[in-house]
Amino acid sequence: MSTKIYLPCDSGAVSVGADQVADAIILEAEKRNMDMELIRNGSRGMFWLEPLMEVETGRGRMGFGPVCASEVGEILDLLVKTDPETVKHEKALGLVEEIEYLKRQQRVTFSRVGIIDPLDIRDYMEHGGFKGLKKSMALGPEKTCEEVLASGLRGRGGAGFPAGIKWKTVAGQPTGQKYVCCNADEGDSGTFADRMLMEGDPFCLLEGMIIAAIATGASRGFIYVRSEYPAAIRTLKKAIRILEKNNWLGKNIAGSNHEFDIEVRRGAGSYVCGEESAMLESLEGKRGQVRSRPPIPAISGLFGKPTLVNNVLTLASVPVIMAKGAKAYETLGSDKSHGTQAFQLAGNIKRGGLVELAFGVSLRELVENFGGGTRTGKKFRCAQLGGPLGAYVDAKMLDVAMEYETLAQRGAMLGHGGITVFDEDVDMAEMARFAFEFCAIESCGKCTPCRIGSVRGKESIERLLTGKDKEKTLELIEDLCTTLEEGSLCAMGGLTPLPVRSAIRLFPEDFGLQNRTIPHETNP
Amino acid sequence: MNGFRVQYEPMEKKDSNADLAKIICRKYLNDAAALIEILHDVQEHFGFLPRDMLPEIAGHLNITRAEAGGVAGFYEDFRTRPPARMHLKICRGEACQSMGANGLIKLVERLKRELEGEISFEEVFCLGNCALAPAIMEGERLTGRVDESFLETRIRRSTGQGPVNGQDTGGEGK
Repeated sequence: MSTKIYLPCDSGAVSVGADQVADAIILEAEKRNMDMELIRNGSRGMFWLEPLMEVETGRGRMGFGPVCASEVGEILDLLVKTDPETVKHEKALGLVEEIEYLKRQQRVTFSRVGIIDPLDIRDYMEHGGFKGLKKSMALGPEKTCEEVLASGLRGRGGAGFPAGIKWKTVAGQPTGQKYVCCNADEGDSGTFADRMLMEGDPFCLLEGMIIAAIATGASRGFIYVRSEYPAAIRTLKKAIRILEKNNWLGKNIAGSNHEFDIEVRRGAGSYVCGEESAMLESLEGKRGQVRSRPPIPAISGLFGKPTLVNNVLTLASVPVIMAKGAKAYETLGSDKSHGTQAFQLAGNIKRGGLVELAFGVSLRELVENFGGGTRTGKKFRCAQLGGPLGAYVDAKMLDVAMEYETLAQRGAMLGHGGITVFDEDVDMAEMARFAFEFCAIESCGKCTPCRIGSVRGKESIERLLTGKDKEKTLELIEDLCTTLEEGSLCAMGGLTPLPVRSAIRLFPEDFGLQNRTIPHETNP
Repeated sequence: MNGFRVQYEPMEKKDSNADLAKIICRKYLNDAAALIEILHDVQEHFGFLPRDMLPEIAGHLNITRAEAGGVAGFYEDFRTRPPARMHLKICRGEACQSMGANGLIKLVERLKRELEGEISFEEVFCLGNCALAPAIMEGERLTGRVDESFLETRIRRSTGQGPVNGQDTGGEGK
């Protein structure tokens, strides 16, 4: 039997040389006449170990990482000569499943990512693929919606709206053309879980969409993927073709009378298209400008038809919920945040990557125990939670439990689960200025507070830093923040005050505001 | 809002751009909802959106030139001018900033002045490689953990200036 060697095709791994390592493996194995099969899997989410090479043994997969192309030869020599389980090499990591970082996680949605060949449908089915869909087909649409509701699954895109309620609303609309749209416009800095899932287990997302389509009565689906993810787009397109060939998509899915087609649509570099109504506009071929609500997309969405819009991770969590039952998922997590969350450790962090855990874990656990502190080795100063529109938190808040309500009470938000770490060198006045600048660049221009307020905000922070008229300027910034918060249609303008206010409140010294209390306190 | 529509006359003249617009639009069944896909395809072909393509596309999709132009202008991805020989996307998301993205931008600005016309770049917000920040992208090639000496080497090599001092550190697991 040939030895199976795994090396990720994930674009994160490729960005640090995985393709060169893969070429080296093929070349060096050929030289040694080694009977070897190279499988390009997804990433395990331990990015500081990428490219992570895994060799299958009787006991499990032995890992080597981070591997350089030039080291492949010597590793293969050792593998040929000795038992893979006892290989001694400076890059040897032992059994991958036993690495603390991975072992201590609760992989539910990401259970197959990094393990299977993303485009091997047999591999997918051997690892529990389509069990959820089969169960859902047996239960019927109504009970499927009930099951999703009972699981307590909430929208993983950031808003945290109960998925089951959305599903039931779409299902409850009169029969006719309905759509399922997957929001894969993962634009938040510090997040990459959607990308990892689309590249590492695309069938899982597609299965979730098929279940959603059957449950809501939709016959067409779209996946709106940002253009910055070319590999994810390619993988999804291939995966769709494979499912079509195998009768999991198209007419009479798996012998039933359900019909469902999925199309991939590329975004074009607009952050605001991650907002669901702007995404729908973009899917209609228009400028990605936010729509006012009501009507909600579940009633009048794409082309004015009832549309289910869910994030990648929301849809990808559905197959396992269906397969293992709502109860199993619901018992994970805490009071109102059920199930698991894919936390993403990013920025200035030693062990950056994906950590899937039940809600309620502390930020300290994630940043210090999983992440190992800052990558530069300097003191931790702050972290931004939930992307560019999320609040900054300082070391004093590290013990906060990571769940929707607790974070909201503390003036922060979970968002898409991204945690971006900064060391003591960060200039928080610059980060606050950047928050306004980002809003100015990415604003769709529909609402005045966001379009103009963001520009004025950026100028005001710059004026604050000159040191003139501090009191007045601060008052003005505060006033602007309130206007943005209350007068914007979507989260772009509505949440920009979060990073700005939290930066001023926690780090007044960076703004030249020592020894004074800040008038507004979002965090009592 | 579609009061005025461009009347499209079937093209007779041997205009390859017009033919191309026709072929690409037909690939998407002349569906106006696929406009962004169509613009992507056109840009992949030319490297940018040539001015004369928009009216052609608008005609096939039965939308106004203003509508097509409005969409092309809204999205950051679409360029109306050809990019330089080397075109870089440099991530300026918070995660990349925490690992020195602003230094990379300053470096590229300096090299851009020095190597006039050889490189162009755009700042983007998040390439989805935040655990391996800072990240850059050239075409579809993503590179993580980029440092200044690596980037300078790569730019000088790609623009035909040969290797310079400084180790090729990014792009190889380190």
